[in-house]
Amino acid sequence: MTTLAGWTDELARTRLHFVTGKGGTGKTTLAASLGLALASGGRRVLLIEVEGRQGFAQVFDTEPLPYAEQRIAAAPGGGEVRALHIDVEAALLEYFEMFYNLGFAGRTLRRMGAIEFATTLAPGLRDVLLTGKIKECVGRTESGGRHVYDAVVVDAPPTGRVVKFLDVTRALTDLAKTGPIRGQAEGVVRLLHSGETAIHLVTLLEEMPVRETLEAVAELDGADLRPGAVLVNRVRPPRLPARSVTAAADGRVDASRVRAGLAAAGLQLPETTLDALVEETVEHAIRVAAEQRSRDQLAEADLPTLELPESTGGVDVAALYELAESLVEQGVR
Amino acid sequence: MSAEPRVLDVDELIDDPETRVVVCCGSGGVGKTTTAAALALRAAERGRQTVVLTIDPARRLAQALGLRELGNHPRKVSVAGFEPKGELWAMMLDMRRTFDDMVRVHAGPERAEQLLANRFYQTISTSFSGTQEYMAMEKLGQLAATGEWDLIVVDTPPSRSALDFLDAPTRLSSALDGRMIRLLTSPARAGGWGLRKVVSAGFSMFAKAVSTILGGQLLADASAFMQAFDSTFGGFRERATKTAELLRSQGTSFLVVAAPEPDALREASYFVERLSEESMPLSGLVANRTHPVLADLSAIDALAAAESLERGGTAAPLATAVLRLHADRVALAEREERLLARFTRAHPTVPVVRVPALPSDVHDIAGLRDIGDRLAGSTDHETRSAGS
Repeated sequence: MTTLAGWTDELARTRLHFVTGKGGTGKTTLAASLGLALASGGRRVLLIEVEGRQGFAQVFDTEPLPYAEQRIAAAPGGGEVRALHIDVEAALLEYFEMFYNLGFAGRTLRRMGAIEFATTLAPGLRDVLLTGKIKECVGRTESGGRHVYDAVVVDAPPTGRVVKFLDVTRALTDLAKTGPIRGQAEGVVRLLHSGETAIHLVTLLEEMPVRETLEAVAELDGADLRPGAVLVNRVRPPRLPARSVTAAADGRVDASRVRAGLAAAGLQLPETTLDALVEETVEHAIRVAAEQRSRDQLAEADLPTLELPESTGGVDVAALYELAESLVEQGVR
Repeated sequence: MSAEPRVLDVDELIDDPETRVVVCCGSGGVGKTTTAAALALRAAERGRQTVVLTIDPARRLAQALGLRELGNHPRKVSVAGFEPKGELWAMMLDMRRTFDDMVRVHAGPERAEQLLANRFYQTISTSFSGTQEYMAMEKLGQLAATGEWDLIVVDTPPSRSALDFLDAPTRLSSALDGRMIRLLTSPARAGGWGLRKVVSAGFSMFAKAVSTILGGQLLADASAFMQAFDSTFGGFRERATKTAELLRSQGTSFLVVAAPEPDALREASYFVERLSEESMPLSGLVANRTHPVLADLSAIDALAAAESLERGGTAAPLATAVLRLHADRVALAEREERLLARFTRAHPTVPVVRVPALPSDVHDIAGLRDIGDRLAGSTDHETRSAGS
């Protein structure tokens, strides 16, 4: 296994964490676990979701989230995790309320599809609204001047779309040269490109997710956005001794040694079962070898890398805490 | 209640000459594209004139089909050692070009150039989230209209939700429908839409706010676009509705692809329910990349033996590893079975086929053929797993 740098001091200073990844890699689950890990030891963390999928409600097994920050879990050591589901239409109406008095026509406009239409006309508007709300949460302070949230974790759009989402400067070209939303967006640009923000990438040790991760890292670099850590999800334990993997992946498993070992353990198995065990071993070795190639490729990104074990029982709330614990063990703070 | 589902017979589906279109849908990352390609390849080898419309294939899949790249028009797959009874053609959707072509075919040359140069068109044709799904249907309609193929296998865009494929055309058509833009650009006439006075006043305010935020130019571009578009296509809504009709026509079948994971199966459930609500024909569920147990040995016995080897100090690292990885595999298979049984309890009439995972990625015709065999249930894996 390559040596893995855990969570760096730079990452420990980050307050705004975006979690992206190819669809199906477990992005939402790891965003939730990262929130729990960052909250442990008495801190307060806000989880934000922006794609209207109610993913956090699903992983925490709660009712769908409203457009409000509400407590979703307690973290080990007295921390607290809240969650917010940003509804773009509600956020746009909120703006309009601030600057124009729309009264109760808002809801009707929404039903007519007028608000969705406005965000369709200018997809950039959607991203500017979402990142604007995120910035407001990151910057909000209590009366004493302390930040309301020690950290904010966003379940971001998947790797294919994340840079577009975060490239607010580009999104602004969709909007008028002046106006209230534009004024606020300039502050968002500063935050997203600052040391307070990091974009983490969730991947599996498989060809397509690794390729998308490397492409996203290059794209983030190109847009002057900071890639954070690579979170390798669903890592299964390698069972074979490292020196046997290559031969076994090639179909060479010493069946007589396996038979002798099984006999020593008191297992007398029919020949067909032994053959099947050997076949399972070959498949396992092929996978382990492919995973190693993926690891080597990921090393090219030269980013702090954390590995998360596959939870054999599937992902439930208890598994989120286990993943959070594993993140803390690898330095998340 | 038994959790044993009916088995999906893929060969019966693709051999039936009445089957003209097979749509593979499911959430992202479940192996839809590979499934679509493997199915098309199998159909071609069994004698059908087949074309597979892929959306976002891995480069290696294109290579597997012997194509350096897949263009926006079907190309015949011809690789040494691949001599199907029928034919296999493949293409990859280029949504921008499909949209451009559609505009060019329907608008006169002058108006087409006008539309294509419009800034709002550029946004809609590249960034709007429903465009890819809509263009996949548009392309499907075009392929079907040529009559050159008797079976079209369609992969669907890699959205997070399988439902996006059904909803996107409506979203796109309501965005492109001229009504809303007319309201925004001349809100004075909003009253004609049957709005109450107070809402109408609110709408004027909203229109003003939108124009302040987006800028007058964008609204003017959008308005010009919609007018040109409307007179070209006679209303986008009708066109979208017509294209979507193809999915309801006889000869179209849906295959829902899902990995044996909770998220993917939940999406599959939503999709199955939606298809049945809209009376669209569902052929079944492809439970993709399962890990059936091959060796008839219980996890408990395997772990006990592994531990006794470790405790006893007999150095048998290979046998110990074999026992432990077998126990892992049994645990994984049991979990997958539990999840699939839950799906079948919720949807007892949906036929299911389990497709055991290949240990490595597919990168040639032989790999696709292997997946095709697994899809048709004709692998020795299936029979042996019954013993577990």
